[in-house]
Amino acid sequence: MSTVAGHYSYWMTIVLIVAGMYILIARGNLMKKLLGLAVLQSSVYLLYIAPAKLLGGTAPIVAQGYTVYSNPLPHVLILTAIVVGVATLALGLAMVVRIREAYGSIEEDEILARDRADDDRAPDGAR
Amino acid sequence: MTGDLVLRIVAKLLMPFMLLFALYVQFHGDYGPGGGFQAGVIAATAIVFYAITFGLAAAQRMVPERLVERLLAVGVLLYAGVGFAGLALGGNYLDYFVLDPDSVHGQHRGIFWVEAGVGITVAAVMLKLFYMFAGRGRDAGDA
Amino acid sequence: MLEHVPALQVALPLVAAPLIVLVRSRRFAWLATTVVSYLCLLFSIQLAWRVAASGPVSYAIGSWPPPWGIEYRVDALSAFVLVAVSLTASFVAPYAQRSIAVEVARDRQYLMYAMYCLSLAGLLGIVITGDAFNLFVFLEISSLASYVLVALGQRRQALMAAYQYMLMGTVGATFYVIGVGLLYLMTGTLNLVDMAERLRAVEDARPVLVALAFITVGMGLKLALFPLHHWLPNAYAYAPSMATAFLAATGTKVSVYVLLRYYFTVFDPVPLFSHLPTEEVFVALSVAAMIVASFIAVFEKDVKRLFAWSSVAQIGYITLGIGVDNQSSLTGSIVHLLNHGVTKGAIFLLLGGVALRAGLAALPLRSLAGLGRRMPLTAFGLVIAGLSLVGVPGTAGFITKWYLVLGALERGWWWLVAAIVGSSLIAVAYVWRVVEAMYLHPGDAGAPHRREAPPAMLAAAGAMVLLCVYFGFETGFSVGGAADAAAFLLRGLR
Repeated sequence: MSTVAGHYSYWMTIVLIVAGMYILIARGNLMKKLLGLAVLQSSVYLLYIAPAKLLGGTAPIVAQGYTVYSNPLPHVLILTAIVVGVATLALGLAMVVRIREAYGSIEEDEILARDRADDDRAPDGAR
Repeated sequence: MTGDLVLRIVAKLLMPFMLLFALYVQFHGDYGPGGGFQAGVIAATAIVFYAITFGLAAAQRMVPERLVERLLAVGVLLYAGVGFAGLALGGNYLDYFVLDPDSVHGQHRGIFWVEAGVGITVAAVMLKLFYMFAGRGRDAGDA
Repeated sequence: MLEHVPALQVALPLVAAPLIVLVRSRRFAWLATTVVSYLCLLFSIQLAWRVAASGPVSYAIGSWPPPWGIEYRVDALSAFVLVAVSLTASFVAPYAQRSIAVEVARDRQYLMYAMYCLSLAGLLGIVITGDAFNLFVFLEISSLASYVLVALGQRRQALMAAYQYMLMGTVGATFYVIGVGLLYLMTGTLNLVDMAERLRAVEDARPVLVALAFITVGMGLKLALFPLHHWLPNAYAYAPSMATAFLAATGTKVSVYVLLRYYFTVFDPVPLFSHLPTEEVFVALSVAAMIVASFIAVFEKDVKRLFAWSSVAQIGYITLGIGVDNQSSLTGSIVHLLNHGVTKGAIFLLLGGVALRAGLAALPLRSLAGLGRRMPLTAFGLVIAGLSLVGVPGTAGFITKWYLVLGALERGWWWLVAAIVGSSLIAVAYVWRVVEAMYLHPGDAGAPHRREAPPAMLAAAGAMVLLCVYFGFETGFSVGGAADAAAFLLRGLR
């Protein structure tokens, strides 16, 4: 039991990774895939930050009377990772918007069907 | 949205406080949770709030798109500029120690300007994203 | 100023991008891009010189001494890859002006140059940094810029291709950062060299092996290792010509560099090749890539996609060297980073010229009909580059295959030699299809008379073709640098 209780954050990390990957792969809607990606990335945040808290440690800001501080480095790393995640999400959403304008749908199978029809009609890219 | 009196008045009252809070978060990153990223997002949120309440056109009159794009670049150049200042003053790239005779104060200075650059860029990026997504809905049309 | 070259190598393209956005002029954008690309080439050559003369160069960003601060570290392997990347950039940049003017919407052209500069900065940063998380940041900078470069393609399929590239690439980067997180938890440091030292104490702990797995799969997605290659054919086929040439020559190669760095430098204390099935896995996947991808290329109808599948196969050659794991094969791997970059870069640059003159957004095989008469220089260049893909003696591709075969023979793996030769024969098949279309099929009756690509584009592409041949004969830098890098890697930290 202590394996579960003591390592709770790691179990949740694994759950988030698997959930994120499943949504990404199994869902055909482009928006939902992006959400799966977001879930996958949040597992990374958990992986880094949960172990950063030291038992008995306070916030990593120098203060009188404290000797044990939590590790500030993972927080800085994850700040950067969150920004990267936001940038990726923004880019993904921009692409989805343009795909919607170009294809009229954001379902992956419909888009691929339309592409196949395009290819059959005019293989040299003429529209 | 534009017809709702209560919303418009409350928005006008709240906006300065949101912007002030953004500045507070920006400059207190050394002493509490805060810093450039968070502050930039809060500042952008203030203007997005304005845009939602008064319309995108009004917001774009207040903060033009060209300005936003320029601020985006200026923030990054500010950050890189601090790096080159370190080079010019005799240290390595992004060296904060040489920015002031007292190296601890130099660190303070470096972090201040770097975070300012980050704050400007993040606010500009968030606002530009909002402008691009919001400005598209009408003319896209349903294919 | 000379001692600050490691920082300038990355800072210069990184600063060029916002400057381009600020100034907004297309002329300035192209000028800045070209100047920056050439400066990066000069910097990387200078660094390679320094490393060859006096060993690894270390540069502390912010003057924080490693391992506390971020360290930029150039050793034999990084120097080689830096030169390979910046060499490609300095050929693609002058090519870009006419190519982008035709293929990208007017008001977006300056943005494309900005993305290109960011991508270049990211790639150079990945190679030069000695910090695991800094590597992730640069990885994402270059990748996000690449996704945008692909999305700017002319046809709407480019959007979907970029989207899928983005999904798979981000999963790859996320897996990489999960691996780094586990390594950080086990060793307490992010500096690559320091990490290797500290791994000695925990080499058989399970998180370390899990981290290895995550990093391998993550980077495998980025370098299009079979079967994680799904994004590559579409991304290369639908991206603008200059983007395809640049990405084909650099993107996957830098990801291979990361893999090499982790396998041989960071995980040096861990007995990867003796206690784990590393060799088997890499050899199996590489051979699958070499044979299956070449096979698929034979049946492709679109020329750009044909050569994209060829890229997947050629990446198989690169990873094969890791699997065989001796000096010769590793030399072959590393030299192929340069040789394939030059070859594929040449091919896609030439194809861009063909597309421009034909006014087409896509290049089915029949659009190449009569190319031998319409654009003789271009067609000849494609023939030579194709021969390099096959590995005919006198071209760069042959040098690579020579060293790979040598490595296989040293292990006594005759079946592997057969596989290498076999995949080269399949390559002959798809190169022949292109040559046949160009020379043996008459063009349309109303086809325009002889008109080559614009001079800047033709010169850049031609120079790359010349390099294909040059590196087939004059191997002093290419094989010398690669052999030094391989020896350095195999020596490890001792």
